[in-house]
Amino acid sequence: MYDKEKIIPGLIIFFFVLTFPFWYNLGQAAYKTPEPKLPVNVKKCIEDTKWMRANHMEMLNEWRDMVVRHDMTHYVNSAGKNYEISLQKTCMKCHTSKKEFCDKCHVKVSVSPYCWDCHVAPEEVTNGQ
Amino acid sequence: MDNKRRKILKIAAATAAVSFTGLPIETFASYLPKIGKYVKSDKEKKAKQWGMVIDTRKFKTKEDFEKVIEACHSIHNVPEDIPNKKQEIKWIWEEEFTHAFPDQENPFLAERYEHKDVIVLCNHCQHPPCVRVCPTKATFKREDGIVMMDFHRCIGCRYCMAACPYGSRSFNFRDPAPFVKDKNPKFPTRMRGVVEKCLFCYERLEEGKQPACVEASNGAIIFGDILDPNSEIRKVLRENYTIVRKPELGTEPCVFYII
Repeated sequence: MYDKEKIIPGLIIFFFVLTFPFWYNLGQAAYKTPEPKLPVNVKKCIEDTKWMRANHMEMLNEWRDMVVRHDMTHYVNSAGKNYEISLQKTCMKCHTSKKEFCDKCHVKVSVSPYCWDCHVAPEEVTNGQ
Repeated sequence: MDNKRRKILKIAAATAAVSFTGLPIETFASYLPKIGKYVKSDKEKKAKQWGMVIDTRKFKTKEDFEKVIEACHSIHNVPEDIPNKKQEIKWIWEEEFTHAFPDQENPFLAERYEHKDVIVLCNHCQHPPCVRVCPTKATFKREDGIVMMDFHRCIGCRYCMAACPYGSRSFNFRDPAPFVKDKNPKFPTRMRGVVEKCLFCYERLEEGKQPACVEASNGAIIFGDILDPNSEIRKVLRENYTIVRKPELGTEPCVFYII
């Protein structure tokens, strides 16, 4: 092999850089599934919790279009219960804290939806409660 | 060879048959999470074209104007006291008579009109030029005639502001949130870079209520369906002489003024 003394160190450096995330995270705490604070006095969300966890973003997008563009103001869930479509009035009525609920997962997985650029988040209770 | 051609033709025919059934695309798009269904509010007030009559004779004192403006701006989180006057946001405001109705101006106009203020807002035109120019359909005409804004979709190009002959639209040159004093938690605010305007209180009509300005005006503003001949607003329009702003432009405003 020509230029052995250049190629082999080069390859070593390349593999080091390639596997850097693994080296870097070695010995650090393992990823823990975030635990958003669920409402205390309400047991059931609009749909099944598991379904909501997987599909809430699509649902919110659809809600937004339905209410703003198609004048469909209410959502009847799979169990037949009727809800007013509103992030501020319906979702946040039970999920009273953006910090303890939305942000818990969104921060952890680094997604930043722009809901709260305009929508008014419920006031956070900050006196240690 | 022949066999292949026949197959292709069959597939083409089947595709055409499906697309002509008129079923919406959502029926086939099974990836969309559809488990519930959407319905309209049963309390919602319905109309073919919402309209408004403003009785300018009943707006006498400064207070008459202020309480109407305040009623609207406070519930819709409209920022107030933005230091740069050119950047202020208005949904409903007072305008000099000759500015609101430039076609009514003449050098010998009766004194009581010369410096009279009238209340102005989005006219919710029957032929809205703002809707025609919006490149993203962020502003559109609803079934009930309201010229609606989808703030989610507005890209801030301001074509609508150039198209609107009434100056009904305001642009958020800066983040409006710090200028909203007591935020109404039931209504969103806006972000920097979107256009906003009066939406005829669509959110109150859904709840079966009258628009906020109508409620605050003590009968100086009448609201109703202008295409329903039996409505109260049509009675008022029949009995009073009314004018609209810039009728020569053919936008057919739905806000009428008794002068």
